[in-house]
Amino acid sequence: MHIEVRNLNKSFGDFHAVQDVSFDIKKGQLIGLLGPSGGGKTSILRMLAGLESPSSGDIVFHGKRVNDLPPQERGIGFVFQNYALFKHMTVYDNIAFGLKVKKQTKEQIRERVMTLVELTGLKGFEHRYAHQLSGGQRQRVAFARALAPEPQLLLLDEPFAAIDAKIRTELRTWLKEMIERVGITSIFVTHDQDEAIEVADEIMIISKGRLEQKGSPWAIYKDPQTPFVASFIGESTIVEDVGALKGFDSAAGKPGTKALIRPEYIEIGKPGEIRLASAALEANVKHIHFRGSEWLVELEVGSVKLVTYRSLEKDVLQPGDRVHVLVHRAYLFNDQESWIQENSLKEDPMPIHI
Amino acid sequence: MRKLWITLTYVVFILLLIIPLVEIVRGSWSEGWSGFTEGLLRQQSLHALKMTALIVVIVTVLNTLFGVMLALYLVRAKWIGPRIKRLLNSLVDLPFAVSPVIGGLMIVLILGPSTVIGTFFEASGFKIVYALPGMVLATLFVTFPLMVREVLPVLQEIGAQQEEAASTLGAYSWYTFWQVTWPSIRWGVIYGVVLTVARSLGEFGAVLVVSGNIMNKTQTATTLVYQDVENFNVVAANGVALVLAAFSVGLLLLMEWAKKRKEVH
Repeated sequence: MHIEVRNLNKSFGDFHAVQDVSFDIKKGQLIGLLGPSGGGKTSILRMLAGLESPSSGDIVFHGKRVNDLPPQERGIGFVFQNYALFKHMTVYDNIAFGLKVKKQTKEQIRERVMTLVELTGLKGFEHRYAHQLSGGQRQRVAFARALAPEPQLLLLDEPFAAIDAKIRTELRTWLKEMIERVGITSIFVTHDQDEAIEVADEIMIISKGRLEQKGSPWAIYKDPQTPFVASFIGESTIVEDVGALKGFDSAAGKPGTKALIRPEYIEIGKPGEIRLASAALEANVKHIHFRGSEWLVELEVGSVKLVTYRSLEKDVLQPGDRVHVLVHRAYLFNDQESWIQENSLKEDPMPIHI
Repeated sequence: MRKLWITLTYVVFILLLIIPLVEIVRGSWSEGWSGFTEGLLRQQSLHALKMTALIVVIVTVLNTLFGVMLALYLVRAKWIGPRIKRLLNSLVDLPFAVSPVIGGLMIVLILGPSTVIGTFFEASGFKIVYALPGMVLATLFVTFPLMVREVLPVLQEIGAQQEEAASTLGAYSWYTFWQVTWPSIRWGVIYGVVLTVARSLGEFGAVLVVSGNIMNKTQTATTLVYQDVENFNVVAANGVALVLAAFSVGLLLLMEWAKKRKEVH
């Protein structure tokens, strides 16, 4: 289903939860609404579902304005954060609910439910109640129940929030595959950027009720359009005093400019390890933390603090070690503009040709 | 010291509950089976029991209907502002705070034969005060909080999500209520029904004021017991009281059972 949203607003009393949000979603896409908690993501999702009515703005499905349609008429499936399974019904009856409402025949219902039970790997659990299932199974039931009446649009509110970390990754992959197989346009809400990056075709970053940026995960990572997006996606540290970094002198000239630096923009090495010694800064190792597959290194360059990762294959650093730091690039921003700049000293001033 | 307190507790318990019950049974049988049946089969006894039964049935049906509806509105309705909800919510408890006699008096003062509304209804042939409708109203007033207070917390606890899920699956409110909401509040409602029956069975003050206690017309079982005692007809009073007590014990057992089921769900 093709979805258009124009200037959507929602206020709860004095609180402006959603402000002038507009976007388009093409048929068959899987979209992640990503942003901090309380940013208005769920409100947008609930307005799409018809569970909440917008204060102003238009929601258009397939070229038809649906603002005044109740949720029953919108042809959507909704998976709630806590699944909201009908607790006095079995798995079978939960999935069959939407079909019974449509007054399908018993055989039709049976066939559709069994297909979905098969699809979601719930075979053998049809006669269990919600409280007899694990978190992952409940989510599958909620998913199957939402899909049963063959909706045109699937909305998922924090679908993985209630599941423990280990199964979560597994379920993510499963859900992505499942949605691709069914081919349904889907929107899910999450506050977990890994989840959004891994699952979504496109991400919409929502903060304080505004749509900050919409694009593929890679595009958003590579080219963040607002300082919020830059700091929200990936890890980063903000450097207030750009002049302290070597190779960003042109930016230091602009007043009020700050730099946002990701750990992966930084290369560190013991003296001599970095080829471009002229572009490197002297730094002090402040702390190191073991992160399972690599070291997280906290550095001090004068008064500036930086964070980076270091491979386990390299020599282990100790707090207090003197190291060289090369900042490859930085995301720079001030009140007027923001841009990504490569380190200007990376072009070796004295190339040696042998 | 502790033993003394335990003994004292038992003494109070026996004094308050057991001895009166034994006394009722003994009193109603003091003239044997014939005395008991005679007291119970008097025309006024049968009529009073019939009135009580009638009131219980009507009040329970109305209270269940409106109690569940009000609970639903107080918890779910989006068109009622939170302040009005809070006001209504505390108003529901008013009958708990007000003496039933005063509740009855209010009905007489508003709907009695000497008031505008009362005269209007009487002119159109519908007597409210000193007749069954007034007695039903009075009992309804007294029992009203019971159903709301049972159903409201259950509705709050289950939340609106299951109902919202039903709506996204295409179900409208009537279907959703019976398929999704009702199974969750069922035991709360049953518990509320039991409480309502027990309360309306034993209601005395409000009904006494509103009914005028006219024998064979507006007399209920409780007001009959009161009158029999006044007339020193102790055996008959005990007989009717025994019937009421037997019902109450039955209800108590039912209540325990319902409470257990309510907790399971």
